[in-house]
Amino acid sequence: MIKKEKHEGKVNVPVTILLILGCVTIFFPLYMAVIIAFKQPSEMTNDIMGALAFPKTWSLDNFAEAMRVTDFWNSLGNSLLLTVATVVVAIALHGIAGYAIGRSMAKKKIYNFVYLYIVSGMFVPFAILMMPLVKQTAQLGIANRFGVVVLYVVFYMPMNLLLYAGYLKNIPLALEEAARVDGASTWKTYWSIIFPVMKPMHATVAVLTAMSTWNDVMTPLVIMSGTGKNTLPLAQLNFQTQFGTNYNLAFASYLLALLPILLFYLFCQKQIINGVVNGAVK
Amino acid sequence: MGKKKMKNDRERTFALITIPIVLLFFCFNTLPLLKGVFYSFTNFKGYGSYDIVGLRNYMDLFSDSRVGNSYLFTIKYAVVCTIIVNVVSLILALGLNSKIKGKTVLRGIYFIPNILGGLVVGYIFSFFFTYILPAVGQTLGIEALSSSMLSSTKTAWFAIVLVGAWQSIAMNTIIYISGLQTVPEDVYEAGSLDGATGWRKFKNLTFPLIIPFFTINMVLCMKNFLMVFDQIMALTKGGPSQSTESISFLIYNNGIDGGQFGFQSANAVVFFVVIVAISVCQMRFMGKKEEQL
Repeated sequence: MIKKEKHEGKVNVPVTILLILGCVTIFFPLYMAVIIAFKQPSEMTNDIMGALAFPKTWSLDNFAEAMRVTDFWNSLGNSLLLTVATVVVAIALHGIAGYAIGRSMAKKKIYNFVYLYIVSGMFVPFAILMMPLVKQTAQLGIANRFGVVVLYVVFYMPMNLLLYAGYLKNIPLALEEAARVDGASTWKTYWSIIFPVMKPMHATVAVLTAMSTWNDVMTPLVIMSGTGKNTLPLAQLNFQTQFGTNYNLAFASYLLALLPILLFYLFCQKQIINGVVNGAVK
Repeated sequence: MGKKKMKNDRERTFALITIPIVLLFFCFNTLPLLKGVFYSFTNFKGYGSYDIVGLRNYMDLFSDSRVGNSYLFTIKYAVVCTIIVNVVSLILALGLNSKIKGKTVLRGIYFIPNILGGLVVGYIFSFFFTYILPAVGQTLGIEALSSSMLSSTKTAWFAIVLVGAWQSIAMNTIIYISGLQTVPEDVYEAGSLDGATGWRKFKNLTFPLIIPFFTINMVLCMKNFLMVFDQIMALTKGGPSQSTESISFLIYNNGIDGGQFGFQSANAVVFFVVIVAISVCQMRFMGKKEEQL
């Protein structure tokens, strides 16, 4: 009893203070981005205050201009489209792949081989696939948003298969057998019984897939370069020259690019952190 | 009879699901991988005709100083980043797991860098290194800081390390925290009876119990840092004087735009082998460590 009190009671004040001070390293770059995004180029003097002091007026002009220059809404739309499409297909396809392969692995060697074959794809760096894929997608006529989604679905398959197959190990077979006795087909059993049971894993897969897709630069950069379409990060890269030395405009644009995921994080923080941890630890 | 039919239905359905998925994976992962290996034996420029040149690309690879430098830079970057990230995030995790106020909020804040895209973060830090840090250096009269870190071949790599670490610490901290939470409270109680405190407590009690999480973090870090691309693209584009060209950046830059499709394919094949070798070594080494304990 006494021991317990000793452990729960004391708040470690020095550590709390140190950790609060440490937050400066997180907030400083973001603070800098906000301040510069609101300023006018004439306010940017060469000393520290020129960049870090509050702007004279808080005007949204830079943001409006940045939206126009970088074609913000279209880039945002493309990013959303790619992310949502990839997540939906990943959950549908990787989930059922995890079921078919995971359930057959113990009984049949060929499925064990298929499992190892796909999971070992995790070690293939994009750099080696990049050049052949540029050619291949062009030949197939899918050097566009559709092609990028197909590639994402393939790239995240090893990780997601690992997660789904791992999760299924803890789901007893008895659950499906009951349905089988009732005469339901395997296909129907999956969608009505197994798919809902895997909900926690769907959340993890959704978070991991969405974050990788949303922030990815390289795949759309090499595959979609001919379409004139941008994702949010890609727009920052492609309009870099247009920003020139107008850092205020550039930072307004960077901030706009960061805003959607920051807002999303604000509302789904718990799910995001849990998802990421589940994915990494399993 | 009915049971057998059911079993057949199950096996057929599984096969019908698995075959197209394997085909899809083969077409967009294994096939391009094989093509990459094939191109590495050719002098393909990315367009036009080409000849098979045998192992010439591989021979050239080892005598090409630009490729050699990119390997040196990438490995130096990955090793330094991995060490910094793991030390800092372990300390941070210990802090965030102790009895502090506002634990949830603080954890939430320290995780923010992980959700932000590497490219945009790189651009923000690029401004910081180019304008803010030199201004601070000049004000305080610190010679080393008074010019941009990114414009010197001696310091540019370290600026990229800082940005890479800033983003990755978030992820590793959260993994260490979930590791620390698996350490049962009575281990500490037993330890404190033996008088274990501070560093000794950490070294003898806590750390051995979270070694699996240490393994995950080391492998994840190494692999991600070896593939560094976004930060390079945003901060230096490989400069100054090619001192910060990562392997991925070089393959992208010279392979896609530079007409070295065949040569950079050979580079990519070697890169692939290096990544697999490092990951396997790490897991073997850590596996042994875990067994010992």
